[in-house]
Amino acid sequence: MESTIVKSVDYNAYFGDNHVVKNVNIEIPRNHVIAVMGPSGCGKTTFLRGINRMHELIPNATAKGQILLNNEDVMQMHPIFVRLKIGMVFQRPNPFPNLSIYDNVIAGYKLNGVKLPKAEKDQIVEESLTRVALWKEVKDSLMKKGTFLSGGQQQRLCIARAVAMQPEVLLFDEPTSALDPISTSTVEELFHELKKNYTLIIVTHNMQQAARVSDKTAFFYMGELVEYDETKKMFTNPKDNRTQNYITGRFS
Amino acid sequence: MIESTTMENNTLTLSDVSLGVIGSVKTPAKVRQRVKRLYRQIRTENVFKKTLVLMGLIMIVLVIGILLTLIVESLPSIKALGVKYLWGRTWDPVQDIYGAYPFLLGTLLTSFLALAISVPFSIAIAIFLGEYFPKGWMPDFLKNTVELIAAVPSVIYGFWGLAVLVPIVRSFEIKIGVDPFGVGIFSSSLILAVMIIPYAASLGRSVIQMVPSALKEAAYSLGATRWEVIKHVIIPYTKSGLFAGILLSLGRALGETMAVTMVIGNTSIIPKSIFAPGNTMASVIANEFTEADKPVYLSALIELGLVLFLVTVVINMIGRRVISRFTNE
Amino acid sequence: MNSAVKYRIGKSKAFQWLTTTLAFACILPLFAILFFIIKAGITKINWHFLVNVPKPVGETGGGIANALLGTFIIIVVAALIAIPIGILCGVYLSENKKSKLAYWSRMCVDILQGVPSIVVGIVAYFWLVKPLGGFSALSGSVALAIMMLPIVIRSTEETLKLLPDSLKEAAFALGMPFHRVILKVIIPCGISGILSGVMLSVARVAGETAPLLFTAFGNPYLSANVTKPMQSLPLLIFNYATSPYNDWHDLAWGASLILLVFVLVLNISTKLITKRWKVQL
Repeated sequence: MESTIVKSVDYNAYFGDNHVVKNVNIEIPRNHVIAVMGPSGCGKTTFLRGINRMHELIPNATAKGQILLNNEDVMQMHPIFVRLKIGMVFQRPNPFPNLSIYDNVIAGYKLNGVKLPKAEKDQIVEESLTRVALWKEVKDSLMKKGTFLSGGQQQRLCIARAVAMQPEVLLFDEPTSALDPISTSTVEELFHELKKNYTLIIVTHNMQQAARVSDKTAFFYMGELVEYDETKKMFTNPKDNRTQNYITGRFS
Repeated sequence: MIESTTMENNTLTLSDVSLGVIGSVKTPAKVRQRVKRLYRQIRTENVFKKTLVLMGLIMIVLVIGILLTLIVESLPSIKALGVKYLWGRTWDPVQDIYGAYPFLLGTLLTSFLALAISVPFSIAIAIFLGEYFPKGWMPDFLKNTVELIAAVPSVIYGFWGLAVLVPIVRSFEIKIGVDPFGVGIFSSSLILAVMIIPYAASLGRSVIQMVPSALKEAAYSLGATRWEVIKHVIIPYTKSGLFAGILLSLGRALGETMAVTMVIGNTSIIPKSIFAPGNTMASVIANEFTEADKPVYLSALIELGLVLFLVTVVINMIGRRVISRFTNE
Repeated sequence: MNSAVKYRIGKSKAFQWLTTTLAFACILPLFAILFFIIKAGITKINWHFLVNVPKPVGETGGGIANALLGTFIIIVVAALIAIPIGILCGVYLSENKKSKLAYWSRMCVDILQGVPSIVVGIVAYFWLVKPLGGFSALSGSVALAIMMLPIVIRSTEETLKLLPDSLKEAAFALGMPFHRVILKVIIPCGISGILSGVMLSVARVAGETAPLLFTAFGNPYLSANVTKPMQSLPLLIFNYATSPYNDWHDLAWGASLILLVFVLVLNISTKLITKRWKVQL
């Protein structure tokens, strides 16, 4: 019996007067991988960033509606609390350039002013890096700055950094679009492992990726959630015409 | 580019043909006119290019000239007084005793005190305009006002300081029980602090705006507050740029003359406290240059000018080096 | 956890409040100075003030005509020297990004920008006052020109660097010689930036006193002779403000107001003009 971890109720997002996300109602089950796809400008990234309250960081950006995390409305909480439970990985790997790999992984704790004993920090670092299959590769260079890592490794470092905070949900904004094919497949393999402990919501414009990694897929078009179903069903037998057109490549 | 060529006496040469002149003109006279004009243009072009190079050269000559003049005119003092001049503690031209230490101390005290007072304000402006409110009418107003602070002539700062600030400082000094000079190191530092705020502020604002938003977003997504993003992401990233801005403010403070001269009390002895009057290198030159009747006296003052020149140049160069390294990273 | 986060949020808000307060506190001294000078100076300005020269100590009345004329002449001569050299040098630097000479030249411009004004005054004294045997407005103009040069050069170079190469190439392709390309195409396109550099440099040196202390030196009489000492507004303010005579203080207040208004108006109009005249690329 799958339980819902994230649920949006009539969620709307605006940039000034521009209505970019329209009345989205979606229920996301625990420990699943959900792909969010759609053509450029359809509002998928805006919706994703609304979930962890990053949307409002942009000047003139507003939102209406509810987003429930375990039945608590995220829109009513202070953003800091939300972001401690919902982590995010961005399109371009963005490790902090002035910090070592070790410090990057526990950056979340330092930023939040939490002081941990060294033993605990070591454990968190090792666990997080292991979860993203980076531990063996970097365990001898933990104190070096992360800039020598390849793009794929840097992105996995960013995932480790998000995972170290022990969130319940992980948001990914086109996480492999800046990576080469090999790094992409390494990161995609991670998703299968990660979903054992977290719920993943991945925005992607790569349909094959959505088909490969996700359990359910949400298709956005012009700000609306057009279709949301099990991935296999959606790709073989889409219910909506627009979904059908997107999948067959009529527009992208 | 067509290089300058010589013109054979009015006959057409091969190079004229290559200028494509022949095809489009009817009479030989017209052709000759056209060729003459073209050659004149080429000559003008060359003169112009050489002039440009000359202008570039002038700047180098100017700087070398300034340095040489300062060195040559300091030589009498260097020969007569030696290096001991720089840490001599007494300045008494009447008795032919020259020691620069009071002025070095005065310059350093006023400049660093001014820096210490102004830096928090400069950084506050830089963070306010660079991070909290980069756009809008209110930040524009603040930005323009801060730039106007730098536009006010220093003699006006000095006059206002003399008329308004000094009496206030005097009554403050009475309250805390020190000699109520009013003028002195403290008052000069206050005025100087106001004057140098814009330099670190403007450079600081530029570098803070350059922080990539990807880094800030990463920090926010980890649950950081705005202050934490500033402290842990923005400041480390802009450290060198902010340092360069502070150096620029320092360089300005070291060379400031008029406002300090009017408010520092013009006393060539080592100040006993911040509230005592004193002199800086720039202010003693301004006051005593035209009254220096002995060659060594004048030369000693010029030597101060030389030190001032070298120090401000070095500080400015370091500042600019840091900035160019920051913007190229 | 809740109270720790509340504390952090509070700290963040407090820091924002502190930063805002410090930032806006800086405009207080500026407005204090403005109001005080307006208050002290406005009553002193009238027609007599503008057309008379200062009276000797003890006699009331008098004005600052000599300083007004002197400032005008000294600045005009300085500008005549600095503007052509400055613009051409700026052109040179923007056209020669890689040459060794340009590298050192550019460094010298940077050095010149940081030279204290009193040092420029010393140097101008030895170059022009001593050899010619006396103080003169010309030597003062040269000193001011040296201070104007880096500003004009910098803004010219920066403005021209922003112009696209295609502009130059189009002109060359039409058969224009180099000097015409620069003088008729490049400089007119960059005129707003160049002009702003010129105006800013004038605003900067209009208020300079130190370079004039031992060059133009000051003159109690009305004079237009550039080979003789000349009075200037900042010099007058300095000398009269530090004198013990109240009459002279009054003159200094009026002069201060005029100087301040002049400099501020120049700065503000520079900003407005550059916006209006900016060539859209």
